[in-house]
Amino acid sequence: MLDQTPQQPLVSIENLRVEFDGESGPITGVKDVSFTVNPGETVCVVGESGSGKSVTSLSLLRLVEFGGGRIVSGRLWFRPGEGEAIDLAQMPAEKMIDLRGDRIGMIFQEPMTALNPVFTIGRQLTDGLRRHRGLSAAEADARAIELLREVRLPEPEGRLRQYPHELSGGMRQRVVIAMAMACRPQLLIADEPTTALDVTIQAEILGLIKRLKREFGMAVLFITHDMAVVAQLADRVVVMRHGEKVEEGPVERIFADPQADYTKALLASVPKLGEMRGKPAPEPLRIPGAPEPAAPKPASRSETGRAVLSVKGLTTRFPVKGGLMRRVVANVHAVENVSFELGHGETLALVGESGCGKSTTARSILRLVEPTSGDVVMDGQDILGLDAGGLRRARRNMQMVFQDPFASLNPFMRLRKQVAEPILNFDLARGAELEDRIAFLFDRVGLPRDFMRRFPHELSGGQRQRVAIARALSVNPKLIIADEAVSALDVSVQAQVLNLLMELQAEFGLSYLFISHDMAVVERVSHRVGVMYLGRIVEIGSRADIFEDPRHSYTRALLAGVPIADPTKRMLKESIEFKPLPSPVFPVGEVRPAPVYDEVAPGHFVLENE
Amino acid sequence: MRKFLSAKALIGLALVLTVVAVAILSPLFIAPERATQMVMSARLQPPSLAYPLGTDQLGRDLLARVMLGAQTSLMIAVLAVGMSIVLGLPLGIISGYFGGRIDNVLMRIIDALLSFPALLLALTISAVLGPNLQNTIIAIGIAFTPFLARIVRGEALRVVQMPYVEAARAAGTRDGQMILRHILPNIMPALIVQATISLAFAVLAEAALSFLGLGTQPPMASWGLMIQASRQFLDLAPWTALVPGAALAITILGLNLLGDVLRDVLDPRVR
Repeated sequence: MLDQTPQQPLVSIENLRVEFDGESGPITGVKDVSFTVNPGETVCVVGESGSGKSVTSLSLLRLVEFGGGRIVSGRLWFRPGEGEAIDLAQMPAEKMIDLRGDRIGMIFQEPMTALNPVFTIGRQLTDGLRRHRGLSAAEADARAIELLREVRLPEPEGRLRQYPHELSGGMRQRVVIAMAMACRPQLLIADEPTTALDVTIQAEILGLIKRLKREFGMAVLFITHDMAVVAQLADRVVVMRHGEKVEEGPVERIFADPQADYTKALLASVPKLGEMRGKPAPEPLRIPGAPEPAAPKPASRSETGRAVLSVKGLTTRFPVKGGLMRRVVANVHAVENVSFELGHGETLALVGESGCGKSTTARSILRLVEPTSGDVVMDGQDILGLDAGGLRRARRNMQMVFQDPFASLNPFMRLRKQVAEPILNFDLARGAELEDRIAFLFDRVGLPRDFMRRFPHELSGGQRQRVAIARALSVNPKLIIADEAVSALDVSVQAQVLNLLMELQAEFGLSYLFISHDMAVVERVSHRVGVMYLGRIVEIGSRADIFEDPRHSYTRALLAGVPIADPTKRMLKESIEFKPLPSPVFPVGEVRPAPVYDEVAPGHFVLENE
Repeated sequence: MRKFLSAKALIGLALVLTVVAVAILSPLFIAPERATQMVMSARLQPPSLAYPLGTDQLGRDLLARVMLGAQTSLMIAVLAVGMSIVLGLPLGIISGYFGGRIDNVLMRIIDALLSFPALLLALTISAVLGPNLQNTIIAIGIAFTPFLARIVRGEALRVVQMPYVEAARAAGTRDGQMILRHILPNIMPALIVQATISLAFAVLAEAALSFLGLGTQPPMASWGLMIQASRQFLDLAPWTALVPGAALAITILGLNLLGDVLRDVLDPRVR
């Protein structure tokens, strides 16, 4: 299905400019962007939030108009079939409807919301087929089953009658891809299609897109913020920033010899799996253009001293209620017999995929959710035995930094007050002393002092996360639990915040419990790593143990799923078979066997019994 | 500040101020008799020089009645809604914030109250307490409380789940401070919208009570009473309904505009 003249681009974007209506005049989303996509080619548009990468792709389908945007100028040439190129920017709205989903398919980021929850999978899959291809109901159903088979969804026949909530995130994203592929589009636009997915599933989905592209000779316009995904997938790369194209080129050239400073910074900011091999302690990232980060002192982990935090047999279950009397019919075993110790000035990372119980473990330690059983000893104090007042006082020693910096600050409160709140709660300082302390905290996390008077919405995501860190630091805690604290940030900001966390650790001797799904970030920051799967720790050991000598099959799968930010090391398998995650829901009274660990090396434990 | 002086704010403010001024000043300048004086020879007169807004079925001057009625209607609406906030806000917040058994008990009571139409509830309360102005306010205030409590609870439930509440809890914030600093400001937008809408319904509820003889007692004038009385003459004399209707519409429009502005002013994100 390749075009006879491959020089002729399938898509040619010329001087695109998109504006949005703002309160004080128009805001420019895309300033002046031009690039082409050839038939059968994968072009990755990469950039951070606000770079205009999504707006560019939405403009091509003219979907940007539904979000209040306007294509002010520029041409969007598209060559449907064998015909002449047409300018999508000038197309009447009715004709665009015929094009969408037919010649151009689109995959969105969030598989949970891209499907309509009240219609069956079959209905949503066949809609486009019946509209664009005029198939009968029976023909469309047959084709839909074929499509589900193409995207490797198990038992495709039964799926048509299922509703989206009956499928997992990865399965839903396969359905979304099947929908986009339904009419054999010439161009597939994928807007961050794997960002919301776990790494092992991400690898499956990327492999699937790659295979579909090769089998059907389709061009792919792939929008992402993740340089590692770019390295794995792209033929050509367009780097965008602030609505403008910064750099464009073949993927090998971009990675081997980036020209623009921004591209260099972007590449340097990404922690790469394996680059910490052989290094004894966490190390800050080098960010070009920023001052050389001070190497943190090696953690003063006293080998003899007792642990700051000691967790034994921690178990947290959530009841599933059902029936007329709302009786407990089953339990979700979110955290199952988890034990570990965290030393002074040490970072222990808990990694795993969504639903593995790593966040619940963190919240159980702080008793933000009540654990079912187990022991949590913080600095010699039994946390689970405390009454409400005692717990409140104990929390002074352990603070938390949350994932979403947009939701973890009160939008109605000035930042000064938010940072002051914990200090006032424990009456640690008053008057001038309080002001000094707040000013010190703002200085320490690298925020200008005049930000104190601001509200959260006036700050960027990275700045907000700095406020959240200042708030956590304000009471001089011994332990900070960082729950996916950098996951929502752009890579360059993520690098800065990670460096800040490492600096603070060296300065204040903090212990971190670092919850993350990102193996490369974990390799950067942690001394020890615990891998969680289905509520249990399946493997725990030093960073070197886990990353250089993984023993448990799940740890290996997790490491194998991480995309490598190097286009010469492509690791995507096009035929990864789908394997569904077992359920953590057990009947009431179910007793799970206590975990048995094998100590394969000093301090390196691997779960023996599943 | 720029936002506060927008056209929306100015119009809303102008409308509300006018209505309030009329309500306060009318009794000082217009003799109460003007509103109750019946002229049998001038029944259902269209607007003219003598009667700028026409007359009703008993020959009473609609201009005088609508101006004097403003006080009754506004007072009842504002006090009744104020009462429903005083009762409903704490109920809703306690229910949504503490949850569990307290929430269950409170919400079953609220549900029981909600299962009666608000008007029937107001009617019952008014009938039990006896028909006078004060009891009308109490009746409407109580009847509106469950709606308000429900909305406040829903918002409180939403806010309690926000990470900033969890963050504050992890930072050792006590329940009282949590409610004052974190919960209350974040449910204000919804509360303001609900309150402005409730004001309009309160004016109409008073009308319905009056119509059944349990609200404002004739010959005293209120907008609701006037609208109710006009229904038999809609085809003959539409102005009898239009005059109080327009007064009500202007008031509600002004309150809604002002409510929007107030909500924006309180919200640092839009300011």
